[in-house]
Parts: sequence; structure tokens; C-alpha cells
Amino acid sequence: MAAPSNNALHTFSIITKDQPGVLVRIALTFSRRGYNIESLAVSPGARDGFSRMTITSRGASDGIEQIKRQLSKLIDVVYITDHHDHAPIEVEIALVKLRIPRDGRADVARITENFESLIADEDDDTLMLRLSGTSQELDDCIGALMPYNIEELIRSGKIVMDTGVSPLSDALKNVG
Amino acid sequence: MDGQKMQVKTLTGAERLVQCMENQGVEYIFGLSGGAAMPIFDALVDSKIKLILTRHEQGATHMADGYARATGRPGVVLVTSGPGATNTVTGLLTALMDSVPMIVLCGQTPTFNLGKDAFQEADVTGITYPVVKHSYLVTDVNDIPRVMHEAFYLATSGRPGPILIDLPKDVTSAMCTAADPELINMPGYFTPGRAEQSALEAAAEALSRSKRPLLYVGHGAVIAGAGEYVTQLAEKLHAPVVNTLLGKGAVDETHELHLGMLGMHGTAYANKAVQNCDLIMAIGARWDDRITGRLSEFCRDATRIHVDIDRAEFDKTVTSHVQLLGDAKLVMEDLLPLVGKLDTEEWLEQCAQWRKEFPLKYSKRGKSLRAQHVLDRLNDLTKGQALVTTDVGQHQMWAAQFLRTRENRMWLSSGGAGTMGYGFPAAIGAQFARPETQVWAIVGDGGFQMTLSELATAAIHKLPVKVLIINNNYLGMVRQWQELFFDNRLSGVDLEGNPDFVKLAAAYGIKGFYIRKPEEIDKVLKRAIAYNKGPCVVEAVVVKEDNVFPMIPAGAGYREMLIEPPKKKLAKPEGST
Repeated sequence: MAAPSNNALHTFSIITKDQPGVLVRIALTFSRRGYNIESLAVSPGARDGFSRMTITSRGASDGIEQIKRQLSKLIDVVYITDHHDHAPIEVEIALVKLRIPRDGRADVARITENFESLIADEDDDTLMLRLSGTSQELDDCIGALMPYNIEELIRSGKIVMDTGVSPLSDALKNVG
Repeated sequence: MDGQKMQVKTLTGAERLVQCMENQGVEYIFGLSGGAAMPIFDALVDSKIKLILTRHEQGATHMADGYARATGRPGVVLVTSGPGATNTVTGLLTALMDSVPMIVLCGQTPTFNLGKDAFQEADVTGITYPVVKHSYLVTDVNDIPRVMHEAFYLATSGRPGPILIDLPKDVTSAMCTAADPELINMPGYFTPGRAEQSALEAAAEALSRSKRPLLYVGHGAVIAGAGEYVTQLAEKLHAPVVNTLLGKGAVDETHELHLGMLGMHGTAYANKAVQNCDLIMAIGARWDDRITGRLSEFCRDATRIHVDIDRAEFDKTVTSHVQLLGDAKLVMEDLLPLVGKLDTEEWLEQCAQWRKEFPLKYSKRGKSLRAQHVLDRLNDLTKGQALVTTDVGQHQMWAAQFLRTRENRMWLSSGGAGTMGYGFPAAIGAQFARPETQVWAIVGDGGFQMTLSELATAAIHKLPVKVLIINNNYLGMVRQWQELFFDNRLSGVDLEGNPDFVKLAAAYGIKGFYIRKPEEIDKVLKRAIAYNKGPCVVEAVVVKEDNVFPMIPAGAGYREMLIEPPKKKLAKPEGST
């Protein structure tokens, strides 16, 4: 396969059986083709015994399509959809710890007032923010905070859900 | 019902495992024992399943593979933990690449030792994820019946493949109280059957417009048993047929519409047909790099129809205009009524002319023995009645060219993985599966030495497997590439130190023959065919430096096919290995 010629971001929603090894099988499907998983969020889904994942990866669309088909072949993968063509509801959360004295925090407050942001913790030396929003909003907010001595940063990876009655929820109806 | 429940309660996990296999109709298990697998080996003592003790676990996997390819039924392997299990990796890859149903049972350290670097512990499911269709690490003895049912179903259905089951020793030793599952619940598993009507109609429509159609038949047609229908389709359309290395036998290669094998070492006339067709229909074939050569040039102006049971094969390498997702046999069955005779008289005439103009050929002159000559004679003497396995390399390509396969499951060769060491153990597995069939393993001196410890296995069971060693004292295919593409700078190909294979066979109590001169070929082959008291080895000492032609250099296009040795220096292959 030729090297990815374009670099579009693809977001997959995947429903899997909740089995040991599922995540490894999925990760290997990306890695053997030289694709990187940019973000990954896994949790129990609406049904017992099944997990739901949101995975994002960047690459040429034919390579991504091949990965999607190979993923859907995995025995423990029950459903997979690529949200590339339609916009789902999207949320990501981040915790950001700034090393900043109390008297320097006014600028930070001005930046974060434009985003969904809460103060998760603060003391004399540090300020921990809890940011939420789309991944782009988090990129923007964290970018703006860069000059203020970010000491720690963790992002949850985005989670997405289609609006309305989606094929995914239909597909799951028939699952025992 | 009560009686059954009582019985279920008294069995250990290992006994239940064996019972599940008996119920699945398993006849043979190929394996090698070891500590972590001892409960399973113990359970086999009281079973009607025959345990074939191999001399190396790789041999066991290829035997199971040969058994599976010869019958369509899953081959079963049983090995111990750690190195026993890791020795199956090559066999798993071989089976996965060629869609062969196989169950590999591995002993494992007890669950309480998992992850503690216990003796002979290896993360076997972890090591094998990329080379299995699916796998299980069983941690609860009561999962055994469900896992076994799922495993056999997965191995044999849809696109077949190998399933690995890792079985900790405490799990196989514990008492199993679980009954067989009433149904298999795998919501993520889908096995295509019949193709969609609209796709069938689109295929029929595309065919109806074709003046130069070509049916390109692969292993999927063999697996599905679609050959008879493909033959009918070819005859109804008046369309020529080519097959892949693994597609041999789906359609009788002596059929007048058959042009032989296509691809890197295909016949010139098959490849000319590929190059000039206006429609190519892949039936259970996956357009791999040995078939397509340079992708940007492959059949670019032809209408491409693709029949496959695996959706992921569509557009993976070659894009297609019509895609028929389904079982090759069912797709053919449904397509046949929709098509009629095509106007292909000129096309068939053209193909016939290529066949006449560019036949497979080799020189029979001189005293030196040529592999092609030996294989050509073997073809005549066995008359398509022998099941043939091959190893990997020059002998494999010559065998594919000169041995014309007439029936399904009579040609077993490692295609996708190209596993040296496959041929001989695969022949043993095939001979177990089909004791009445004449079985030949055609091997090179290189590959044979990778698994020849199984001579003991063949000898002890007095299997009448015939091993034809094409001995040129080289890793010949690599030597050929070095000659053609690397200025004949030979590196790592000289098999100096080869044993005398006939004497080696004698050490195992196995009959051996030499062929050293062309005039000995018929006499020796006939004697080998007549010898049925056990295995025999035929060592054909052939010219050291000989090359396989035709050849489309790796990564090159069809128009660069070399029908004869090139007169000028060639560039190093690019784009593909």
C-alpha cells in the first residue's frame, strides 16, 4: 500500500464484545499498516458484556477503509462506523495543571472564560483546570495556555455519538 | 438427559475437550507432548482419535494443514506451552495466509502462574494475534465446550483460518460441568452466502459486453468446491480460464479452455491473456502481488469483477467494477442462469496461438538432468491421479507449471506465506487423510532440510508418501534472483554440506532412489510409484544453475515478462519483494 497521501482525521465508533485481547487485536490492525491511533476512549456500552470505543486515526482514505474492513472482520467486533462523513456529537475532557502563582492567574481566567472550564484544584503554586468541549476547542484552549507553564496535561480522547436513531443502535438491537 | 448430565460431571476439562473433538469428527491430532499439555495427552489415551506424534511442532502444523487442504475438514494440532507453542507460529501464518481451517491447542502454565515467567511460559495468545483468525485463552474450565464449538465453527466457515486455543494446565485438570452450548452466539461474525441479485445482474451485464473475457480462479474456488460451476461458466461463456498457484485443481488444467497458471511464473499464454483481456473475473482470488505485478499497469483497461467471501479483499490492491460478496460456489450457481455464450471466437483463437507460440519448454538435450524434465515425466506417469504437495522455491514453480492438476484438493502448496519446510509434512497429513491416494511431496534440497525430521513420523506409520527432492545444492530461487538482478553476486545460497538424501532416508529405514541422468527418470519414477510399503525418497540430482521462466520480475508489469533468459542486464526489482 502506498504511503498515506492525505492525512484526514477519521473517527471510528466500535462496539466490541467485552473480552480480553480485543483492544490488542484492534491496535494491531492499525499498527501493522503503519497507522497510529491518535486517541482512544474505551468504556462499557449501553449493554452488559459489550464495550464501546471511540478511536481516531489519520491517514489516506483507502488505507483507513481497509483498516475499517479488517476491524469489522475481528470476531469480537460487533459493529464499526467511520464518522468521517457526518458530524456526531463530540466531547473530550482534559485536566491541565499550570505552575502559576496566585497573582498571575488573571490572564488564565481571561483565556478560559471562552471555553467550558472549571477549576478542579488550586493551591499557592498550582492551578488545575478541567476543560471540556470538542477536541478542537481543547486544542485551542490548551494552545492559548501554553505560555503559562503547563506542568501536566491529560486528555481523555474524544468520545462521539451520532444524533437521532443511528444504524449503530439499530445494529445492537439484534445482539444477544 | 440425566445420564448425559451425570457423564458431563465426571469429565475433566481435558476429557471434555477431547469429547468435543470426537463429536466434531476429528480423526487425527498432530502434536508433540510436554508438561503443560499432559492432561490433554492423558485424555487422548482413552479416545478413538489417533494421536500422531511428530518430531517438531512446525511439522505438526503443516501435517494438520495438509490434512485440512486434502479434505476441507479442520486439521488439529496439540502442543505444549512456551517453545512448543511458539514453534507453531510459522504453521499458523501459513494457514492464515492460505485460508486453511486449523485448530491449534496449546498447553499453558496454570492460571495462577500466568505472567510470572513460569517454566515454559510464553504469552502465546499475544505472540499469535496477527497469525490467527481468532484465539482464546481459556481461564474457566466451563468455557471449554463453548470455546470448542466456536473454534470449529470459526475455523471452517466463511473464509477459513487457524484458531488457537491456549489451555492452562489447571483448567484442563479441573472438572467441567458445562454442557454443550445450544447455539453459537457470535454477533460480530458474519459469513456471506449468496451474492446480492443486483451484483449478479451487474456481473452478467458486464460479461455480456465482453469480447475477451478471462476467468481468474483462486483458492477460494477450491475451498468452496466451486470448480464444477466455474467450468460450466467457462464452457457456457466460451471464456478461457487461468488459475493461481493455489487455484490449481478447481478447474481441470487439461481442459481446452484452461491456460494454466498466471502471474510471476505463470505460462506465457496465460499472462498474455491477462494482459490482453477486456474483462477479468476473479473467483476466490485476491489479486496479490505475485499475480498483479506492477499494480498501476495491471488490467487497467479491463472490466474487473471480483467474487470473494471476504469483503476486506475488495479494492484492497486492485479495484473492481463489480463485487460479488459470497461463497464462490453459490455465486457461480446464481450467475450461471444469467449468462449466455459470448462472441469469443477470435479471442480463443488468439489464446490458442499464444499457447502454440510460447509453450512451456526446456531442453532435454545433453546428459544433465533438468528438474522440468523430471516433473514433466511425473505429470505423464501420474496422469493427474496423484495428490501433490510442494515446498517453496524453483521446484514449486516448475511443479506448478508442469504438473497439471485435474481435481480439487489434489495440489497443496504454501502460497501466501511461501513457507519452506511445508511440503513434506503437508504430504504426511494429506496421506493420513487420504490413505488410498498416491501422494507426492515435491521439495527442494533447502526446504526439505527444514522439516525432514518428520521422516521418522512417515516411517513409523509406514505412510506411502513419495518425496521427490529436486536437488540442485542451492537455494535456487534466491540464486536465480542474484544471477538476474544482483550481478550474480551469490550470497547465502550455496547449500554445500547437503547430506546424501538416499543414505539419510536409509538411516530412518526408508527406501531411497537416485535419478542422476535423464534416461533414469521413467524407470525410477515408476519404481517409486509402485513402492507402497512405506515412504520413499527420490533424489533427483539436477543441474545446479537453472532458472524458472517465464518470469515477470517482482514489481514489474506484464509487458516486461521474460519468456526466456534475458540477454541484457536487469535492474534490481522495485516495489515488491
